[in-house]
Amino acid sequence: MGRDLRLVYQQIKYQNKIFWRTPVAAFFTLIFPLMFLVLFAALFGNDEIEALGVTTAQFYAPALAVFGAASATYTNLCTATSIARDEGILKRVRGTPLPPWIYIAGRVGSAIWMATLAVTLMMSVGIAFYGVEIVGRTFVAAVVSFLVGAAVFAALGLFVASLIPNGDTAPAVTNATLLPIAFVSDVFIPVEDPPVWLETLGNIFPLKHFVAAFGDAFHPALTGSGWSWSGVEFSELTGTGEYAIGLHIAVMAVWGVAAAFLATRYFKWEPQADRRAGRRRRKTQAQTSDS
Amino acid sequence: MAAITVRGLAKHYGELRAVDGIDLTVEEGEVFALLGPNGAGKTTSVEIMEGHRIRTRGQVDVLGFDPATGGRPYRERIGIVLQQTALERELKVEEAIHTYAAIYPRSRDVDEVIGIVGLEEKRTVRIKTLSGGQQRRLELALGIIGDPDLIFLDEPTTGFDPSARRQAWGLIDNLRSLGKTILLTTHYMDEAQHLADRVAVIARGRIVEEGTPHSIGGRHEGEATVRFSLGNTDPEELPEMARAGLDPTTEVITILTHTPTALLRTLTAWAIDRGIELDHLRVERPSLEDVYLRLTKDSEDG
Repeated sequence: MGRDLRLVYQQIKYQNKIFWRTPVAAFFTLIFPLMFLVLFAALFGNDEIEALGVTTAQFYAPALAVFGAASATYTNLCTATSIARDEGILKRVRGTPLPPWIYIAGRVGSAIWMATLAVTLMMSVGIAFYGVEIVGRTFVAAVVSFLVGAAVFAALGLFVASLIPNGDTAPAVTNATLLPIAFVSDVFIPVEDPPVWLETLGNIFPLKHFVAAFGDAFHPALTGSGWSWSGVEFSELTGTGEYAIGLHIAVMAVWGVAAAFLATRYFKWEPQADRRAGRRRRKTQAQTSDS
Repeated sequence: MAAITVRGLAKHYGELRAVDGIDLTVEEGEVFALLGPNGAGKTTSVEIMEGHRIRTRGQVDVLGFDPATGGRPYRERIGIVLQQTALERELKVEEAIHTYAAIYPRSRDVDEVIGIVGLEEKRTVRIKTLSGGQQRRLELALGIIGDPDLIFLDEPTTGFDPSARRQAWGLIDNLRSLGKTILLTTHYMDEAQHLADRVAVIARGRIVEEGTPHSIGGRHEGEATVRFSLGNTDPEELPEMARAGLDPTTEVITILTHTPTALLRTLTAWAIDRGIELDHLRVERPSLEDVYLRLTKDSEDG
């Protein structure tokens, strides 16, 4: 077991190295969400948004941090894993004694590490340049929410990777799912009094719960330290509300467990396009020589 | 002791019988070549032995394991070099080798392996900058880093230029001298001839012939061909046995014989008596290529 843990650690380092040498991935995960923060603060000004009870940056920094974490785990993990499969790297790994779970743990561990960096970077910039406050009382719940969310989105990334045929489709599929959902999940726009169907839509998917569980931890006016089932949304009238992560964690966990189960079941190690082409080739040959 | 024992191996994809009942035995320390055209079932067979594919039926025993269930202990004792190059392009050569070395319980020394495949000067460069041949050598390095008892090489030199092939052959000869059992697939006759102790020719999912590269297809006992050019000799003067073999357009005489020694004695005695030099005199055995083409063609017709 000690040896296996060392291997997990080594695989995480190995994947990290590859990540840093793929500048596009590093840019989209770490820098891209920061650009939104700078942009939003410049566009809207960093004054208090009355309906929310916090400044622009205090709202956006955690929301965009979650967005960065989701792209590090969901988008990146799905894309990188599908490309590695196309290139035959997964198949080669499968032919070595490295247990499959360790390889996957290496990829997931690396993705969560990058998500950690994305979140840390975002919050640090927020604190240093935009007066974002950290609430000590909710800190542990925020960390737990982050870890659960990152793990859930990693599972979703692997689930999508197990469905799609090749790496070329991965960015399209992940972005076409993540971006629209981000718009109904309070990432880019805090929607006030949305139509019911839009709110329901947001409530179904895990991203809004990730944003709420992590983001509300940075709302100084909310009471509680997060450890209860459901809270109370901030109200302009009372000037307060209650922070709770229970329900959010539960919804995310349902998605995560389902995704992990299906990914384990349908995950493929062989290049898919290749295999179909091979079969087609063999079939044509069989047909021509039969005739 | 046999490293690989395969009995009645079959792999069906629906109606298609990619592998249709194969028996083969590879002894320890032997270099064994599976020779066949594309789509003959070579790669499918090898991938079943590697544990990459699940067979439809048959028995497979490799190093005392069933590859389908051998798992980690089995994979610690084999090395696989796949047909397709599959490398993390952004890593450096030595980084890749170190990472793979850590996976095995008793890996070879990294510097030694880099030396064996001749990549000393490339050890700190990114994999993406390597040439195709160098990338295949790195693949080979990753295949042997775990110090395997058995190495699978699936078409190790396909797409190589002639000098890269010679280099690869040299490497495989080195592996042989390390006492490794090697199962290789190829569709190059000369490669099988150069590298293998024994060859099995596979066509349409079946083994159609097996033996040493020297004896396969009855090469050593088949008819030899004796040829020479007519030159200035009057065809009427030819000895009787040669007259029928004359091609009037090319003026080449071709004689098939089971006893080339005796025939040559008669033929040369006749020529010396008349003071004739036999132009372009040659004795030929059917090449492995001839045998291969005949065997794979037979099976397609059947």
